[in-house]
Amino acid sequence: MKYAGLLVMPAGFFLTLAALVLFPDPARRSAFVLCGLAVECLGFVVTIRAHIPARGSSRP
Amino acid sequence: MTQIPPIVSAGGASMTDAELALTLVLLLLAPLAIVGVALINTGLGRSRSAAQALLGSLMLVAVTAIVFLFVGASFAGTLGNSEIALHAAGKTWSVFGLGPFLLHGISSASPQAQLALLFEFLAVAMLAIIPWGSGADRWRLAGGCVSAAVLAGIVFPLAAHWIWRSGWLAELGANFSLGAGFLDAAGAGAVHLVGGLSALALVWIAGPRRGKFPKEGLSTAMPGHSAVYVLFGCLLALVGWLAWNAAGAVLWLHTPLAQLPVTAINTLLSASGAVMITFSVTRFRFGKPDASLCANGWLAGLVASSAGAAVISPIAALFIGGVAGVFTPLVVELLELALSIDDPTGAITVHGAAGLWGLLAAGIFSPQSGQFLAQLVGIAALLGLMLPLLFLLFAILNRIVPFRVDPDGERIGMDLHELGGGAYPEFVIHRDESYR
Repeated sequence: MKYAGLLVMPAGFFLTLAALVLFPDPARRSAFVLCGLAVECLGFVVTIRAHIPARGSSRP
Repeated sequence: MTQIPPIVSAGGASMTDAELALTLVLLLLAPLAIVGVALINTGLGRSRSAAQALLGSLMLVAVTAIVFLFVGASFAGTLGNSEIALHAAGKTWSVFGLGPFLLHGISSASPQAQLALLFEFLAVAMLAIIPWGSGADRWRLAGGCVSAAVLAGIVFPLAAHWIWRSGWLAELGANFSLGAGFLDAAGAGAVHLVGGLSALALVWIAGPRRGKFPKEGLSTAMPGHSAVYVLFGCLLALVGWLAWNAAGAVLWLHTPLAQLPVTAINTLLSASGAVMITFSVTRFRFGKPDASLCANGWLAGLVASSAGAAVISPIAALFIGGVAGVFTPLVVELLELALSIDDPTGAITVHGAAGLWGLLAAGIFSPQSGQFLAQLVGIAALLGLMLPLLFLLFAILNRIVPFRVDPDGERIGMDLHELGGGAYPEFVIHRDESYR
């Protein structure tokens, strides 16, 4: 899952980039930039969750 | 490949002799920020790894300087007037610079370009020692050096060109009417956010210290060995940061000399607000103030001021620091207790989270319209591209030069294992109770 999360993060970035190019209207542009950031945050959370070690597998 | 104007005319104005002289003095004081962070990293680690931690900081500064000379400076494009750019949607998107190899022709470059280059040499050194603290007590010197080389050769030049030279983030204002472009005068993004993300990638790859997260119960407390180093490092860092923020303001924002005292006051206020709030929060939560978390709060305030100290009001600086002071102890606790992330120096919070907040706050309090959106786009670029890139690069490096010391080396301490002698040879070494 951590690789999936890491792949989702650039996808969010490209969404923000697309917002800059496709929407000259400030309101729509802002909304899509926020959507891109939300996608990045989603990928970030997935990556973080995938890295949390299970307590039973921790080294003594 | 496209041509770009030389840095002497960036912003439409060249610097006066007084500005050049003052910026040089400021840049000669700025390394105190690096000294401060190195001392904090050392103090927050264990006594049996202290010499390795400080020697590591020295080595990383050296490695980054050499690699930046050979590779990074060319791609940052500070001395050159060429760049690799994409053309899309009728705009030019400058991706990286193409400066002269080995700083060829530096003596004939404009003084402003030379100062900008010195700023970048210092910035890349600071960037490299940020993750070094997070890997304390387990990260081998060789691993630290190769990761610093990657940061200086690939990651930092990209970020520096995008943000400071004529990269696509710096041109957001001209191309898309987003304020004055991405605002990051002293490296809250290019240095601290990227450093915090490097620390996170490193901690994921290297794993926690042995015994930090036992099979049952809460995580084991492994306090730093010298609060004196840590707090003295904070004071040194203040001097460095005052100079760093002022130098960044002159170099990248062309702030007039008359406004530099306000930049310095804002830096001080941000750190002061942060440490006061962290002091209060830890006093309230634990009954007594926590010295290491207060140090983290102080540093977080300094980091948060790095993006916009030159353009905000003093009361905004105090507020920015105060917010950094609130979240610093909470995020440090969240990372350790909820997410099982072992970050001995709190670099992910202090540099990563506070750098992120500083960039956002610069957009909120900047008088330019559209600046907040420019900051969001910049954050999206740094977070969405840099973290996966750093994780990928570090994961590959870890296969070639293993970052983590072997269990026996971790048990006896990095000083004995890597250097053959301890930082404090007259100390009595007690059995470590954390191994359970």
